[in-house]
Amino acid sequence: MNRPESLADLYVAFTRLALQGFGGVLAVAQRELVERLGWMTREEFVETLAIAQVLPGPNVVNLSMMVGDRFFGTRGAMAALAGMLSMPAVIVLCLAVAYGELRNYPVAADALRGMGAVAAGLVLATGIKLLPALNKSPLGRPLAFGLAMAAFVLIGLLRWPLVTVLALVGGGGMAVAWWKLK
Amino acid sequence: MSGADFLSLFLHFLVLSPMSIGGAITTVPEMHRFLVEQTNWLTETEFTTSIALAQAAPGPNILFVAVLGWNVAGLAGAVTAMGGIMLPSTLLTLSATRWARANREHVALRSFSAGMMPLTLGLIIATGWLLALPFLREDGHRWGTLALIAVTVGLTLKTRLGLVWMVLGGGVLGALGFV
Repeated sequence: MNRPESLADLYVAFTRLALQGFGGVLAVAQRELVERLGWMTREEFVETLAIAQVLPGPNVVNLSMMVGDRFFGTRGAMAALAGMLSMPAVIVLCLAVAYGELRNYPVAADALRGMGAVAAGLVLATGIKLLPALNKSPLGRPLAFGLAMAAFVLIGLLRWPLVTVLALVGGGGMAVAWWKLK
Repeated sequence: MSGADFLSLFLHFLVLSPMSIGGAITTVPEMHRFLVEQTNWLTETEFTTSIALAQAAPGPNILFVAVLGWNVAGLAGAVTAMGGIMLPSTLLTLSATRWARANREHVALRSFSAGMMPLTLGLIIATGWLLALPFLREDGHRWGTLALIAVTVGLTLKTRLGLVWMVLGGGVLGALGFV
């Protein structure tokens, strides 16, 4: 495993990561942290994301702080947080100002639709890429994949509230894992 | 906006922060109630375009809160809203991370992360699906969008093509009327 050399290294890595993330940063985070930088394994990524997901706040921002904290403590977490938010904030506010001018052109809406479709595809591909992490689950493959499928159906198709699915699928998974690990 | 207004903007987002499990996007209905219905600081259209704009820009989706704040009261509004939404969740994440690392071999924690993993992966795929859904509902664009999503998934899995190029490519194809 590699590691960042300095706080500046962390800041730059997370700025770079954030600026590539159109329509969400999750796909890029996986690509950069696991595949390009090698700061964490695929399993570590999913494990950290699982914790980041149940904490309040933006998942990928939580994840970036957890990564920064692991290497440089609180200062690392702050450097990662600043990297994720500072440049993107400047850009999005500039866009907010420019939007008033652009909204009358239909070509802007068409371009946005194309970018949106790609963003959706990137998130789907990330999910598919991370699925093999379940092979090592103490739950056993059939149950782990079954629960993942149940979460998809309940949230994506049936639109159940997250809290309910968290209790059912997350809670169920935890209970079985507890029983198998203890 | 008076000082009291800024304080109420800050406090409102501060309270929403600990409730934003699964991302701040889950508290959008509550933000809408406060900013559009209760205070009239934003119109319906301003609220919706703020979120769409942040989705299309690079960076974490949480920045839609900065755009909402910006449209309420310029730079001071953006800083106030972002400060409120980020402060509690940041502190909580830091302390939870410390605790988790100190106890990483504890059976409760291992059961927790093993039990949550399938849910996390299911949620990622559900998010991709929900992002795609509005495009698939537009009659004239359904097949073009579907094809573009399929190509994106294929390229991501089989090549190491930079993700930015795919997004920009999608923008160009859209602007040229292929999607």
